[in-house]
Amino acid sequence: MMQLAVRPEPLLNVDNLVVEYGLGNKTVHAVSGVSLQVARGETLGLVGESGCGKSTLGRAVLQLRRAKSGRVMFDGEDLTAMEGEALRKMRRRVQLIFQDPIASLNPRRRIGDIVAEPLIVAGVKDAAERKRRVHEVLSAVGLDPDIVAGRLPHEFSGGQCQRICIARSLVLNPEFIVCDEPVSALDVSIRAQILNLLEEMKVRFGLTLLFIAHDLAVVKAVSDRVAVMYLGRLCEVGPSEQLFAKPAHPYTGLLLQAIPVPDPDVRPVESVAIGEPPSPIAPPSGCRFRTRCPRADQRCSAEIPELREIAPGQFAACHHPLA
Amino acid sequence: MSAPLLTIEDVAVELPTPRGNLRAVDHVDLSLAAGRTLGIVGESGCGKTMLSRAVLQLLPKKAKLTGRVMFDGEDLVRLNAERLRRLRGRDLAVVFQDPMTSLNPVLTIGTQLMETIQEHLELDAPAARKRSIELLAAVGIPAPEQRLAQYPHQCSGGMRQRIAIAIALSCEPKLLIADEPTTALDVTIQAQILDLLAREQRRRHMAMIIITHDLGVVAGRADEVAVMYAGRVVERAPTPALFKRMHMPYTEALLAAIPKLETAPHTPLPAISGRPPDPTRPLRGCSFAPRCRYAAGRCHEAKPELKSAEVPGHLYACFHPIQMAEGIGA
Amino acid sequence: MATLELSIQDEAASAPVRGRRKLGLLFWLASGWLAIILALAILAPVLPLQNPTDMDMLERRAAFSGEHWLGTDGLGRDELARLIFGARVSLTVGLIAPMISLVFGGALGLLAGYFRGRFETLVVGSMDVLLAFPPLIFALAVTAYLGQSVPNLTLILGVLGIPAFMRVARAATLTLSRREFVIAAEALGASHARILLRELLPNVILPLLAFFLLGVAVTIVVEGALSFLGLGVPPPMASWGSMIGEGRESLDVAPRLAFLPAAALFLTVLAFNLVGDTLRALTDPRQGAL
Repeated sequence: MMQLAVRPEPLLNVDNLVVEYGLGNKTVHAVSGVSLQVARGETLGLVGESGCGKSTLGRAVLQLRRAKSGRVMFDGEDLTAMEGEALRKMRRRVQLIFQDPIASLNPRRRIGDIVAEPLIVAGVKDAAERKRRVHEVLSAVGLDPDIVAGRLPHEFSGGQCQRICIARSLVLNPEFIVCDEPVSALDVSIRAQILNLLEEMKVRFGLTLLFIAHDLAVVKAVSDRVAVMYLGRLCEVGPSEQLFAKPAHPYTGLLLQAIPVPDPDVRPVESVAIGEPPSPIAPPSGCRFRTRCPRADQRCSAEIPELREIAPGQFAACHHPLA
Repeated sequence: MSAPLLTIEDVAVELPTPRGNLRAVDHVDLSLAAGRTLGIVGESGCGKTMLSRAVLQLLPKKAKLTGRVMFDGEDLVRLNAERLRRLRGRDLAVVFQDPMTSLNPVLTIGTQLMETIQEHLELDAPAARKRSIELLAAVGIPAPEQRLAQYPHQCSGGMRQRIAIAIALSCEPKLLIADEPTTALDVTIQAQILDLLAREQRRRHMAMIIITHDLGVVAGRADEVAVMYAGRVVERAPTPALFKRMHMPYTEALLAAIPKLETAPHTPLPAISGRPPDPTRPLRGCSFAPRCRYAAGRCHEAKPELKSAEVPGHLYACFHPIQMAEGIGA
Repeated sequence: MATLELSIQDEAASAPVRGRRKLGLLFWLASGWLAIILALAILAPVLPLQNPTDMDMLERRAAFSGEHWLGTDGLGRDELARLIFGARVSLTVGLIAPMISLVFGGALGLLAGYFRGRFETLVVGSMDVLLAFPPLIFALAVTAYLGQSVPNLTLILGVLGIPAFMRVARAATLTLSRREFVIAAEALGASHARILLRELLPNVILPLLAFFLLGVAVTIVVEGALSFLGLGVPPPMASWGSMIGEGRESLDVAPRLAFLPAAALFLTVLAFNLVGDTLRALTDPRQGAL
């Protein structure tokens, strides 16, 4: 098992997780053997394009999707082996924020009830205590509880709904939050607000985050380390600054190159990406990126590259990493 | 430079809603010459989509449109339905954001492509088919003959968008409006699609309008950029001038709010507080004033009109423009 | 801290949260009619009406008069009284039978759509069997075995309506259970019961209620048809359907005997449909957003 984190005893330890599901009579290999660790207090960014399996991985970590094989260790306990009441109890320590903030809220319930729900499920019987906690988190995310608590979700904008979702995820004082594309559906000017808010909440509540997104700049803004995923496997993992300054895996390089830069002097380079990502139903043999990689050769189709340390703290799964 | 192909003159669009009258587009003036690209940038609710619909005369029935849209010498607003129908698809083409819904899911790709060609170019079926295959190849779709018989759901998002572009380009349009063409696509596919649009535009000497919320998309690919906020154009300039010397605080704030790859992690982003105004409740003063850090008394009283800056062709609507000497970013 | 959403306070003060949707004249007329019919049906025993089963063989098919406001039917019974007492039957069956279907069909659909798998296959399969069974044969069998009565009729129609409600509930549940707010509840560690009752039911109940009102309309008509065929309420009890059936014989002499109950049936069903449509449009939680 690869020790990818610098610190010992990571809070989250994902060990060779495999998640597959059936589509008709075919199997989608969503996650094919991913191992990663997140240290306490760290933000690990998980980046990749659509279909790479990052959302599935996020949900599998929380056991919202059962893995076919592999383990997820949270604070020393094996989540994959848990069921029923034990798992439900564990859920209070790990939370999830979704991409579509408006769809994440029950359209027929009031905000106050929605944010209080985790407390009720966790068995907090005292109504006054619940109200106090709800007010505390709503204020923390920048919403006035007296105005907001009695309203319905459709009365709020996307950005405000996402704040409410963040409040809901904080009300039980969790230790770990998986953020699944939390700002992708929001406008540019609101995105920055929510990212700042997440950073603030992380510091204030002492959180550890797994931040999933497809936008590299967004991921870099909030992450200590970044993992790049492609078609169910990890391509590269490393500290944010280092990874983006000197990517080792060709796919990371491709992603970086493809980002539109808001600077008219930077002429967009004719992209070297060849073709489209293959389907996760029939992924290529060996290295899954080889069909689009300008550096691919025989070895790449024969042998699956393993994550190896290219630079201190930076790991890439490639037979021909970038210099 | 030739006379403008498209001129949008004082266009305003109003929509009645249960909450009141919605000013979607508030007196917009724009022009575009043949072969040039105009980028319209703004966030959701700024009116950019309504504006494109106004140009195409595809507004909802209840909408009220005032102003003129001069295209190739004709006023599209006053044109009769038959003439409009012949212009659309032929001289005026559109590519929408979501390729899943812009292609008919129950018709094959070949049918959709050929029906446009046959309708506007009056070719017979074999000739239309040949042209369809050429078009699919031109937009970079492998094995085009096989694709003709396929349905949209059998193709990926990027491929569907290429097909939508192929349909749009099939009749050699003079103007192509691309409404958020890459927003729903992955970043590597986005780059490919934008390259494709740029290439085709150069080849056909076509005018193009790219509507997007992403300043990065227009930075390298548009000749001129217009920034919209709350239904109005708040700044308009040739692209290099816009980025080098922004005048309108909203443009500056928009650019600053985008996370950049160069910034170190955990740096707080300069966010714009608040939200865009409710379009059913237009403000008396500048729409951006409640969120603007430079706002002063006059900004809340009156709406600034578009004024010229030093660089010709650079217009902005602000009482307190910022002077940015050099560079980009906050 | 540039992230405070202070602007929402301005919104709270100035913006009305719901757009006032004007309820049209038709809606009020429809509601008015329903209110009148319901009132008459409920109060029928205490109203100063003639006995609906008293036959007066001398006054058969009598025209409108002071004694019989709407005349008499083929057996000399007061038409007005029969119409009002008929309303009782039609509305009782028309409201209670769909309620049975709603409760059982709705519950089955909700559970099937949520749990999926073999349970769902079982439910859908058995509903398909029920649907495939010819309804008239079913009605005949039940009435032959258990006798003709209002409760039996209600039971028959209630059971026959279960598959339709199951479908509506299941379709709604399938769509909703993939939505993030349900996954969010699961991620909190909420039990199945809690998710079903707190998250899904309040959302599924809306399309079910809209369907219910349509179901009322359909049931009244079906009851009418069954009674018309003689499978419904037993004589001398009146229901609008049986009155139409009895009025058939007098069509050439006194067409009003068939038309009056038919008109009552038509207007009531139409009113239910109108009210149902308007209520559904009003309770759509997205009506506040643009």
